[in-house]
This record gives sequence, C-alpha cells and structure tokens, in this order.
Amino acid sequence: MAVEHPVTAPAGDQTRIHNIGYRSYDGPRLGRAYARRSLYSQSLRGAYGLGRSVKSKVLPMLLFVVMCVPAAIMVAVAVATKAKELPVDYTRYAIIMQAVISLYVASQAPQSVSRDLRFKTVPLYFSRPIETADYVRAKLAAMASALFVLTAAPLLVLYVGALLAKLDFADQTKGFGQGLVSVALLSLLFAGIGLVIASVTPRRGFGIAAVIAVLTISYGAVSTLQAIAEAQDSAGSIPWIGLFSPVTLIDGVQSAFLGASSAFPGGVGPSDGQGVVYVLVVLGLIGTAHALLIRRYRKVGL
Amino acid sequence: MYDPTVARLTYRALLGRRRALILGALPLLLIAISVVVRGLAGADDQTAADLLGGLALATMVPIIGVIAGTGAIGPEIDDGSVVYLLSKPLKRPTIIFTKLIVAVAVTMVFSALPTLIAGFILNGNGQQIAVAYTVAALVSSIAYAAVFLLLGTVSRHAVVFGLVYALVWEALFGSLVPGARTLSVQQWSLAVAHKVAGGDLVTSDVGLTTATVLLVAVTVLATWYAGQKLRTLTLAGEE
Repeated sequence: MAVEHPVTAPAGDQTRIHNIGYRSYDGPRLGRAYARRSLYSQSLRGAYGLGRSVKSKVLPMLLFVVMCVPAAIMVAVAVATKAKELPVDYTRYAIIMQAVISLYVASQAPQSVSRDLRFKTVPLYFSRPIETADYVRAKLAAMASALFVLTAAPLLVLYVGALLAKLDFADQTKGFGQGLVSVALLSLLFAGIGLVIASVTPRRGFGIAAVIAVLTISYGAVSTLQAIAEAQDSAGSIPWIGLFSPVTLIDGVQSAFLGASSAFPGGVGPSDGQGVVYVLVVLGLIGTAHALLIRRYRKVGL
Repeated sequence: MYDPTVARLTYRALLGRRRALILGALPLLLIAISVVVRGLAGADDQTAADLLGGLALATMVPIIGVIAGTGAIGPEIDDGSVVYLLSKPLKRPTIIFTKLIVAVAVTMVFSALPTLIAGFILNGNGQQIAVAYTVAALVSSIAYAAVFLLLGTVSRHAVVFGLVYALVWEALFGSLVPGARTLSVQQWSLAVAHKVAGGDLVTSDVGLTTATVLLVAVTVLATWYAGQKLRTLTLAGEE
C-alpha cells in the first residue's frame, strides 16, 4: 500500500499535490473478534477496579472480601468441630449473601456502561470494527463473569474447606456443581438486569440507586406477599408470587432442579412443572435484557 | 438561611426527567402491594404493621432518602457545575441548609405520604398504625436526608455508601447484632412512632429520650459538617 506514486502534473501547470511521506498502516489488522475480546477483558478488569485508580478498587475488592469471609469462617468452624456437613448448602450461600451481590451489581454495572454514555465515548467504540451486538455481548459477558467470580469464589472456599475437613467427596462435589450452575444463572440474570437499568442513565449515582431499588424492593415486596400468603393458608400461590423478583426466581429454579432447600416461607419450593416455568422466565429475562441492550445501543449518539 | 433560587434549582435537579419516575414508582408499588394485601388478607393489624415496618420504613424510606439526599448535591459536585453555585455570594451553610430542606421535603412527600395512604388502605388506621408509621417516616426522612446530604459532599461514592448503611448496617447487622440497632435511624424513628401508637405493634429497641437526642444530634451535626465541608470543597477529576 505504501508504494510511492509519482505525481504526474501536466507540463506548465504548477499546481500539484505534494507527497509528504504519510504511510498507510500495513501491519496486521486484528479485527472484530480481537476488539470484542479486548473490550471484554477490559470491562472484566474494570469491574474489579484493576487498571483503574486505587479509590475505585476499594469497593469491589471490599465486597469480594465480605463475600468470602463468611465462607472461610464456616469452613474453619466445620474443620474445628469435625462437623459431618457444612453449616450452609452451596446453593443457599448466594441467597444469604444477596445484599452483597446486589450492592456489587449496583456499583459496578453503572461504572461499566454509564461512563461511556456520559463522556460520549460510545461512538468511539463503534468507530472500531465492532458492532452494537459485540459491544453489548462483551459488556454483558464481562459483567456476568465478574459476578460469577464474586459468587463462585466463596463456593470454592467452601468446597476446598469441605474436602480438607474430609467430608464425603461425591456428595460435596455434587453440591458444589449444583451451586456453580445456580450462581452462573444468577450472574447472567443479575448482570442483564443491572446493565439494562444502568444503560438508561448517564448518571452513575442514579444508576446505582435504580439497580438497588429494583433488586431489593422487588425482593422485599415478593417475600412480604409470600409471608402473607403463608399466613393466609394459601401456600399454593407462594411459588407463583416468587416469579416476580430475581432472587426468588433463582431460589425457585435451584429448589426445583438443583436439590436446594427453598428459602420461601414454609420451605415450599415450586413443583417440577412450576420449576419449568421458573427456568423459562429466567432464560426469558436474560434474553429480554440482551434484546433491550441491543435496542438501547442501536442509536449510538445518546 | 433559605434561598428560593437554590431551592428551585434543586427541586428541578431532583424531580426533573426520569428521576421523578423512579421516585414515584416506589410509592406506587407500595400502594399497589397494600391493595393486593388488603384484597388477599383483609384488614389485619399485624399484617399492616409488618408491611409498613418491613417494606415502607425499612426499605423504601432509606432508598428514597439516598436518592433525594445525595441527589440534591452529588451530581453537581460530580460534574463540576457546583462551582457556578459556589461562586455566587451565598453562604455555604445557606446552600446546604436550602438543599437539606428540599431533600427533606422530597423524601417526606415520596415516603411518608404513601406510607399514610398504604396504612389507611391496609387497616384503616386501626390502632393508630398508619399514623405511627407516617410519623416514623417523617422523622426518619429528616435524619436520612441530612446524613445522605453530608455523604454527598464527602464522597463521590455517596450513593453506594448510603445504600451500604441503609441495607447492610440497618437491615443485615441490625437483625444479627442487637447493638447495631442503637445506632440506626430506623430504630430512633420507631421509638417516636412507638410513643405515638402506644400499642405493642410498633416497638423499638431504643428509648424515646435517647432516640430524640440522637436524631437531633445527628441531623444538626451532619448539616453543620456538610456546610464546613462545602467551604473547603476541592473538585477532583473523574477517576
């Protein structure tokens, strides 16, 4: 490409274009997949504050530690008292720590997308070879991976601790696997919800409040209604009410199919048929979140 | 101490565009749930107290307090436009006081009013429950707004810290560690509500005197310190 083209000017005409030696790029073009991978890894690192200022590392790292410490304590207690099983099921752990997970989504989802909107850097991304779908998928995958790291790390602590305490290997491995599937679903669902809400507002603080409001208020409302349904002896409606908040959705899926004991009032999880509805709703929500994000980023300038 | 122009601008920043939507959605949800519960369970004092205490006072008031309190000053500091306000011949404490009044008013309107309506829907103010929780919401609105306004001037991550306080400290630690309840705006306001309702349905872990003293002290100190903080505000760049 960088071949010199001698400029031929007609004789007598003094106007000419000077070739001042600019060269076009002839190195390797890394292409769309590379750009997508970079965006993914940068977003994932950013979700834990790596490659950003010290101040922005504090919160995600703190939440990560808060997430893992109870698991470490439980393991220590189990080893010290020579318990026959862990004090908490693998599947139950994320449900107990939901406030921490919600805070993590709320603080990191807006930092992932809101700043791009606020400083109008989104058009710059799309001047690279990536497309809307690439941007959305990279951000979604990065957020879900970050959440998976956050939720799977304590399970790993529990699992290693359980093996060290010489608990039954097959039993623990099965529980650990079920826990991993459940937190993977949870990560995808929470990442989708968090990013959809955060991508609407360029204001970081407002995005945080909105995500938290959706996650906690829906859980508060659903568990209140469930408690009332339990008190009114209409236990049949409890699983149906559970469809309306992210945490109870995950709870329902894992108590129907992943051998978890339900945290619903009365301990009544959904039946197999209702469990299928739960799985469909979870997958539907993840799909909807993806579609909404693609729709959101179709118009780049906003 | 009160500047109408600052107040008008703050109202517009708080309620403009989509903010009013989320602020309005939460109370609507509370009222909708109350209607559903009333339909399902009928009028029941214990249910009403549980719903108002668990959902309205423990979750809704702090979240609206965080949005209004930090939203009154946080975004301005965040995008640097606060320098235009600070360069006007207004005392910094006046700015803080005005913004506090606005934040308190917004929190009260969007949390205490729906609490009252929800209480009347749930059991028609039986045993003074609706009024008691409304008083609690009013009182805690003032303290929450003052504390979160201070957070907004101190930290760029005010919303997160506010939510950590409201959700982790008050809800999680408060239910596990009894001592944490003594230092919780929610319990202080419940003490006031207990005085109003008088029955056993609204209870608090803190005595009325302690609660009142702490409420006043926290509100005044937070407002004073926020004023001091604004006097020595340094604008930092985006991280």
